[in-house]
Amino acid sequence: MRRIISVLLENEPGALSRVIGLFSQRNYNIETLTVAPTEDETLSRLTVTTSGSDRVIEQITKQLNKLIEVVKLVDLTEGAHIEREMMLVKLKATGSQRAEIKRTVEIFRGQIVDVTSTIYTVQLAGDSDKLDAFIQAVGASGVLEVVRSGVSGIARGEKVLSL
Amino acid sequence: MELLSGADMLIRSLQDEGIEYIYGYPGGAALHIYDALFRQDKVKHILVRHEQAAVHMADGYARASGKAGTVLVTSGPGATNTITGIATAFMDSIPMVVLCGQVMSTLIGEDAFQETDMIGVSRPVVKHNISIRHPQEIPEAIRRAYYIASTGRPGPVVVDIPKDMCTPNERYEYVFPKKVKLRSYNPAIRGHAGQIKKAVEMMMAAKRPIIYAGGGVILGKASEQLTELAHKLGFPVTNTLMGIGGFPATDKQSLGWLGMHGSYESNMAMHHADLILAVGARFDDRVTNATEKFCPGARIVHIDIDPASISKTVDADVPIVGPVDSVLREMLALTAESETRPDQEALSAWWKQIDEWRAFHGMRYEKSEEYIKPQEVIEMLWRLTNGDAYVTSDVGQHQMFAAQYYKFDKPNRWINSGGLGTMGFGLPAAMGIKLNYPDSEVLCVTGEGSIQMNIQELSTCNQYNLPVKIINLNNQALGMVKQWQDMNYESRHSHSYMGSLPNFVKLAEAYGHVGIRIDKKEELEPKLKEALAMKDKLVFLDIYVDPFEHVYPMHIARGSMKDMWLSKTERV
Repeated sequence: MRRIISVLLENEPGALSRVIGLFSQRNYNIETLTVAPTEDETLSRLTVTTSGSDRVIEQITKQLNKLIEVVKLVDLTEGAHIEREMMLVKLKATGSQRAEIKRTVEIFRGQIVDVTSTIYTVQLAGDSDKLDAFIQAVGASGVLEVVRSGVSGIARGEKVLSL
Repeated sequence: MELLSGADMLIRSLQDEGIEYIYGYPGGAALHIYDALFRQDKVKHILVRHEQAAVHMADGYARASGKAGTVLVTSGPGATNTITGIATAFMDSIPMVVLCGQVMSTLIGEDAFQETDMIGVSRPVVKHNISIRHPQEIPEAIRRAYYIASTGRPGPVVVDIPKDMCTPNERYEYVFPKKVKLRSYNPAIRGHAGQIKKAVEMMMAAKRPIIYAGGGVILGKASEQLTELAHKLGFPVTNTLMGIGGFPATDKQSLGWLGMHGSYESNMAMHHADLILAVGARFDDRVTNATEKFCPGARIVHIDIDPASISKTVDADVPIVGPVDSVLREMLALTAESETRPDQEALSAWWKQIDEWRAFHGMRYEKSEEYIKPQEVIEMLWRLTNGDAYVTSDVGQHQMFAAQYYKFDKPNRWINSGGLGTMGFGLPAAMGIKLNYPDSEVLCVTGEGSIQMNIQELSTCNQYNLPVKIINLNNQALGMVKQWQDMNYESRHSHSYMGSLPNFVKLAEAYGHVGIRIDKKEELEPKLKEALAMKDKLVFLDIYVDPFEHVYPMHIARGSMKDMWLSKTERV
């Protein structure tokens, strides 16, 4: 099952490599990974999406917790949560395609952030399925380049991951 | 205010940490540190002949004393040579601090001479590693390193020190921190009371209980509590290879150790148990055999300081995260309060069954008129040393024989590389112990394959007068490899034979020691006695043993705990 694990990490050199190293060393899978400092500069927040049996996921969270630089973590998929991924897509846009793409972007609540006579660059945020659906909707043949940020997530309601 | 250079701060921190011996090898990037070492006499340095041996020395000391060992090496090859030793310590959760020189911080990343990314290289085999980025960080880093290495589930910590962190005329204020506080590292200090209560209730209700005690009992200094609890409840106890000595081997409740080469009765008792109390053990594949067939009727209580060890390979019914000594103490208190007692009727039926298994096989081997049996060498050593020696081993058949036939009644006496299985471990580990316990008998049981992996340390033994006794069970082959080839590869002995063995007697003599060759059965006892009587000499005993011997019992691969070979021809 797909899981989203959110980690508060000491914002120190080498900390990230420990997390990534753990995944490859123990044969765990990383689907997406995002990391950036938080409002507290001493901490980074890392979000990893992974998949595996319940036993593997339990081991992943336990092994992550063992890393000295991991301060706290939560498996967001255990409760209600919001997940978002950001995507920039460069699309071939000429002739009648231009209007069609523009409509599709509006339907998906995206924005066209750069334009040339033959190209639209579209920015889109949402859960990963929505981004996949957009690519499908515009048709893979028109897609010149895709860059996705990987998943970020946060729990719904009162629950907070902080010190 | 006291101003010290980084190198002096490092050595001062070691002094303030109470470190007596460090083991190492100098080189360019570590020279400022070695100079600081020279200008004091509190921290003593032992110069090895290969960095791997320095780590095993520190490791042997740590296993025997329960305190962290310390290693000092230079950058590049000095650092990479320590990796096997660090991995050995990591797999067996041994507390250790490895201080590595590094090229100047301004050169890092430029492929400088003797540069290696030691933080990266060591990462998968350390509990933690620390890179020094300013000289003033040194005291705090050292304090942290020892704290992390020796608390919670212990393990090795590497500290990487670029040369310019130790520049002699750059001085800073020296303050050794009194306390370590890490917001992200808080090992459990006691087990969950509710879980402990639940476990005790299950123990009282059990009909066929067994205590399965691992290396955590020794690392957690809980032998006393374990022994007391086992005696109070009357439960049988089996140890893992790493847990040997955690419960007295000659106690009538001891079933010996379990697993691939464990005793028949311990494996049978595990398979048929209805309750397993796992204490500081990790359900390793060399214990469980096929996990899907593991102990089908047993409920499992698992005590461990490391939550990641619980339900990793085998699910626990009652997980208890906490230090084993404190959890066992709480269990003892609960059993004292509790009205209920273990079911005596069921327990005596269980013991009757166990005694039948013991009578059926027990630990035995075929005697020979012709050959010296490796097992009889160990039995004789046990007798001649009154079961009181520190015994280190290398890896292979001799290791299994030593563990099977030397009956350890005390913890911290059986010293072997159980997890990583590192050949070349035995001699340096023995040296580390002898240095710190000069009045104790220290035996290194090895084979002609393993001993040659760190034989250069005979020179270090000469320099520091370390009169260990080396028991080389010489079968002129890589015995365990050969055994597997006999059993699984129709005796095709692919590269398990060692031609051109050195004359070990002359070799020992060349290094300034005593060498004794034993190849006749009748010579065994007198010559062992002669060697043991030479208290101030390192004696290398080259003992020619039965070259065809196999280690039994042995688990049948992919079977359950109860599926074993008992000899070359009997399987159950």
